[in-house]
Amino acid sequence: MVSDPKPNDIHPRNRPIEAEALRRLAEEWRLAVIDLIAGAGLGHYSSTFSIAELLAVLYRHTMRLRQADPAWPDRDRFLLGKGHAAVGLWPLLAELDYFPADWLPGFGKLGAPLTDHPNMRTTPGVDFSSGSLGHNLSVGIGMALAARLRQQDYRTFVILGDGELHEGQVWEAAMAASHFRLGNLVAIVDANGSCAAGPTSSVMNIEPVADRFQAFGWRAFDIDGHDVDAIVAAFDALPDPESAQPVCIVARTVKGKGVSFMEQEPRKWHLGFLGSEDRIRAAAEIRERL
Amino acid sequence: MGDATDVFSFTAGEAEVEGGESIGAVLARLGDEREDIVIVSPDLSTAPVAGLFAARHPERTFDCGIAEANAMSIAAGLAASGFIPFVVQMGAFSALKCGEQIRTDMAYTQLPVRILSAWSGLAMGYFGTSHHAVEDIAITRSITGLTVVAPSDPQSATALLRSTLDHRGPVFFRIGSGDEGHLHDKPPAMPRGKFLRLREGSRATIIATGMATHWAIAAADILAGEGICVRVLDAVYLKPLDEEAILAAARDTGGILTVEEHNVVGGLGTAVADVLARNGVAGRLGVHGLPDEDLLVGQPPELYAHYDLTPQGVAAKVRELLNG
Repeated sequence: MVSDPKPNDIHPRNRPIEAEALRRLAEEWRLAVIDLIAGAGLGHYSSTFSIAELLAVLYRHTMRLRQADPAWPDRDRFLLGKGHAAVGLWPLLAELDYFPADWLPGFGKLGAPLTDHPNMRTTPGVDFSSGSLGHNLSVGIGMALAARLRQQDYRTFVILGDGELHEGQVWEAAMAASHFRLGNLVAIVDANGSCAAGPTSSVMNIEPVADRFQAFGWRAFDIDGHDVDAIVAAFDALPDPESAQPVCIVARTVKGKGVSFMEQEPRKWHLGFLGSEDRIRAAAEIRERL
Repeated sequence: MGDATDVFSFTAGEAEVEGGESIGAVLARLGDEREDIVIVSPDLSTAPVAGLFAARHPERTFDCGIAEANAMSIAAGLAASGFIPFVVQMGAFSALKCGEQIRTDMAYTQLPVRILSAWSGLAMGYFGTSHHAVEDIAITRSITGLTVVAPSDPQSATALLRSTLDHRGPVFFRIGSGDEGHLHDKPPAMPRGKFLRLREGSRATIIATGMATHWAIAAADILAGEGICVRVLDAVYLKPLDEEAILAAARDTGGILTVEEHNVVGGLGTAVADVLARNGVAGRLGVHGLPDEDLLVGQPPELYAHYDLTPQGVAAKVRELLNG
């Protein structure tokens, strides 16, 4: 059951937590993702694993949220532009009591609320649906403009894949975000260097990502997307939401991070299903680091 | 009906048009009344439909430049944050170019975005095939959860803008050049999903939408002079569709002619045929619209004449239906 929200259920921004705790949380979520996909029969492993540390920091340290209140007006917004990593969101949102934890085993089942790509109409805590790449940075602009109109100070975070940057609409949005002076908008590029047909650099080069966002008027810089200290430092240094320049954090990540055979063949594990032996092997490798 | 260059003038727009307030004036008034209404537009914030609102409420007007898809998704983000965005778009580039943003970001999400798709049909026919908007009924009607309406005069536009304002899902307005002339002296009652019955008659029924409603009414007058009385229905709602009125027309009058400024493939005629076929109604049906072929380019009045989208042209189609 979802508990009633109380004023002290607010999780403030940049709340203290040890880096080691965040690192372990990311690993535990990798295990949870393996379990969820095991129940569903098919899922996106490697592109979810590349954002595990980013999600851990956002949800457990950076974003202002309220326990059991997914529609709280002052919450920071989170949009998963690369919607195929939604399976990584479900354990986090369950921990926030946005929906009952007993929804989790239903992931991927016919008609279940927890789907492979996030659906805001079925799942509380999903701030916007996604599935078609290239839309959510624009949607985030709409939410950031709404904050300005209502004089609210929430931030809107959008995670995009680096392959998603092939979409022209992303650059329409990049242009508009700086034009509208949206310092309350944060884009995070999961630069795992891979899209479906091959390495992003050979399919359609999108580098230098940070330079390109800078040329569109953003403050943009690279970080190691698996180094929780670096992620925390980048988010802690975000400018005031009232400021006028959007921020793009280019997180250099490894597709399949945390499971060696996925790191070696990241595209094989973009969409797949671990058989029981491989599942044991992957989980054992992750548990060794816990 | 002005000439094409008047139709597409980038001015702030007139508050009054023949037969009532312009859509732009109604929108500006709605903006005065409600602070949750915003405009999002790809480089059309000074155009007739948006200009008056933009002048009065600049802080609630977001011009996104010539980036239609971005404008659509930004509007969806505003709608998810408690606003009612009106996206002012050119008909040629709304449903066709942004169908996926409409489907995924507004319809699938059931957010209250209103798309004012202006200069539909051949209203910009002088500019090139690129500017014909003759596929939008087909595209929008197939999107689950999208309401599709087509006002035929300023009063019906006012009625539709106001009556759909609190609808929780998205609404696509198929509007013409905004100066079609008038049919109603005041905003008519506009129940959701209902056609308006504008003329009564027993020999046949003309079901028309948008601009074509004017030709249908004038055709009915011509035919009345010949002793042929026809029913005229204005398909102001294209989705949900008034199936009851379609079936009643077939039952009461025997023959139906549909008239639309749209490709005959996938438009109003197709929708009516579908209703008749599904209900096992065997009646005469004529579908009058734009042929499924490369369309000519020219001033709209010349195009309408060429394609028999005129009172005389519609009257002739009714005679064919009755004699066939």
